[in-house]
Amino acid sequence: MLKQLRPAIVSVLAFTLLTGLVFPALITVISKLVMPVQSGGSLIERDGKVVGSRLIGQSFALPKYFHPRPSSAGSGYDGAASSGSNLGPTSDKLINGIADDPKTKDTNESFAGIKQLATNYRTENGLLPTLPIPADAVTRSASGLDPQISPENALLQAPRVAKARNVSVETVKNLIGQNTQGRTFGVLGEAGVNVLELNLALDATNK
Amino acid sequence: MTPNGLFQIALFCAVLLLSVKPLGAYMARVFEGERTLLSPALSPLENGLYKLFGVSKDDDQTWVQYAFSLLAFSLVGLLLTYVFLRLQGMLPFNPQGYGARQMPADLAFNTSASFTTNTNWQSYAPDYTLSYFSNMVALAIHNWMSAAAGMAVAIALVRGIARRNANGIGNFWVDATRSILYILAPICLVYALFLVAQGVPQNFSAYTQVTTLEGTKQTLAQGPVASQEAIKMLGTNGGGFFNANSAHPFENPTPLTNLIQMLSIFLIPAALTYTFGKMVGNTKQGWALLGAMFALFIIGAGVCYNAEAAGNPLVHALGVPGGNMEGKETRFGIANSALFAVVTTDASCGAVNAMHDSFTPIGGLVPLLNILSGECIFGGVGAGLYGMLMFAILAVFIAGLMVGRTPEYIGKKIEGYEVKMAMLAVLVLAASILGFAALGANGNLPTDGKTTLAALNQFPATAYGSASDTFYGATYNNINNSGPHGLSEILYAFTSATGNNGSAFAGITANTPFYNVTLGLAMLVGRFLMIIPLLAIAGSLAKKKYTPSNKGTFPTDSGTFVAVLCGTIVIVGALTYFPVLALGPVVEHYLMNAGKTF
Repeated sequence: MLKQLRPAIVSVLAFTLLTGLVFPALITVISKLVMPVQSGGSLIERDGKVVGSRLIGQSFALPKYFHPRPSSAGSGYDGAASSGSNLGPTSDKLINGIADDPKTKDTNESFAGIKQLATNYRTENGLLPTLPIPADAVTRSASGLDPQISPENALLQAPRVAKARNVSVETVKNLIGQNTQGRTFGVLGEAGVNVLELNLALDATNK
Repeated sequence: MTPNGLFQIALFCAVLLLSVKPLGAYMARVFEGERTLLSPALSPLENGLYKLFGVSKDDDQTWVQYAFSLLAFSLVGLLLTYVFLRLQGMLPFNPQGYGARQMPADLAFNTSASFTTNTNWQSYAPDYTLSYFSNMVALAIHNWMSAAAGMAVAIALVRGIARRNANGIGNFWVDATRSILYILAPICLVYALFLVAQGVPQNFSAYTQVTTLEGTKQTLAQGPVASQEAIKMLGTNGGGFFNANSAHPFENPTPLTNLIQMLSIFLIPAALTYTFGKMVGNTKQGWALLGAMFALFIIGAGVCYNAEAAGNPLVHALGVPGGNMEGKETRFGIANSALFAVVTTDASCGAVNAMHDSFTPIGGLVPLLNILSGECIFGGVGAGLYGMLMFAILAVFIAGLMVGRTPEYIGKKIEGYEVKMAMLAVLVLAASILGFAALGANGNLPTDGKTTLAALNQFPATAYGSASDTFYGATYNNINNSGPHGLSEILYAFTSATGNNGSAFAGITANTPFYNVTLGLAMLVGRFLMIIPLLAIAGSLAKKKYTPSNKGTFPTDSGTFVAVLCGTIVIVGALTYFPVLALGPVVEHYLMNAGKTF
């Protein structure tokens, strides 16, 4: 038994060195040299300033921007606190929760449920109360940092954005088309619109 | 369910099955000590390591020596990680300045047990708890070492079946070293670079502060993610660099990385069945085990995808039709989220690309059942094969009882000792899951009345790191959902820990002394009280002489055997838990359809 103690200690230290330090260092050096953008977090610059990462969603509330999905990451799209809502299908909070409910003074309990989110979405975009809306518009993503929305969601927001920017709905829809990423190889995953890239494209054509 | 979704699942299966034979044959060569393509490059390093460890590669160990080696290896690793985590404030690569305040003793125990046992349960949110050093060194080393230990145990058991009249079952140090050098390292090298190319960060920068288009501040977490992500998936570990795990766009940025991540979970467990067939001299035996794994996997995938695609009637009633998108990413959609959930829980990986806590009741029941079945449906790297062999032994025993013959498995008589050991492993798992879950659902501990769970849940948590100061009262208050879903959260936690899976119904607040300690114990029980009986079986089988098959032998490479094996797994592995499942996900399903909320 004690005979196995030396190999145990030495092997753990050796593998710690190899897998815990040498391997990550090797990957870091190669990626820094060959793929500096990706290894640095795919950051996007505008006018010399970093405005975000193309992989990480950010909050948008102004009518002239497309809005992302609701988020549970920190207070919303906190890139250092990724999280889903972790509320189950029969959770009353998930379905009927009300943000800033005056009746419950405890702000921890202030949570916009799907019902409230759907009402807000319809009001913002001038949709009829009976119009079905895409699920991604009113559900929180797993990471809370989902950079994309579904193309259907983007198209429903297009008239609002066009009005706020005083451009034609067609112009906005064209930009949505240009910023839609289809399924990889036409097969994998689902189509989505990168909200940050779309909003940057909007700003570029119409300040 | 959409045709495209089904096609993506079929594509996944096709690529997986095509990789089984080449990788399985290669691994058989590695563990038999034969020369491989990589030998010229790696054998000097390999031999140097043996010299350093002070072991001889021809030293054949008995099962007791083999078990002691594994236990010593795991214990040293566990202690090292515990020390690293507690001292992270004094160690390098810590731009965010995280210290022992974020890592109290109970959490450090839980976390070191978790990574040593290949569980990778995370009671904490890594984004605001761990330094880069803690992630990369203290934890990721176990992604390699625990995977290697798992493979070693599986190969030792295979040798027990293959060898005749032998005392030894191989050498642990050799098996573990070869696993890392010849199997894990070459694949991870290519894999990590592929991930970076797709957008997974790999740097040591501090978190990046940006000003968004609307002028608010956003903090982007960074780190050496890709090098850890590769082994996290390939070693079926599953411990995320970030809280959201493989749902985080920095861990799993594209549908292509998602496909590769799912494949890399199943890759080694699937190929090991071929390695097994090759080493026992009859590859049909390996295909039979793979057949049983595959049948149970595909049923689970179908049921889960169907439930998630059908969605939540409570949400449909609000004018939001379609599948359940709560806790799912747009780029993956329903099909890939359901498939990932089934893959990660069949294999004891535990990485997630969607939040299982927000799945529909039946969609969430499938991952739970997968883990409850003993993590043998592909299972963890190595752990899946030895789990499946344990069920194979029980299956031939049950079949033997039906016809009144002494059961045999691949030329070895299965007698009282083997069956007792296999049953011991099964019963220990059930006792740990049900016992601890009962405790969690009923426990009541003292509290200082000052620190509340709500404060723990808040970000940035004011009480974070002071978890040891109080016991937080009733343990059933730690759940995030009320009603039957709350029971599911507690049951899932102890199932995941005991099964060494590591995924969670993540709403539960596990970072309190009660859950950290009990879950940590459940992980150690689930890992080592399964491995030790199986190594005992290996030792006992290796000593036996070969019994040639005759007309009365139940052929274990036939379709009938596959069916009996699946039946054994479902009956022994899963039915044990039927009562508690009825009170959790099953009753929730009916209540959801009746429009009830909690």
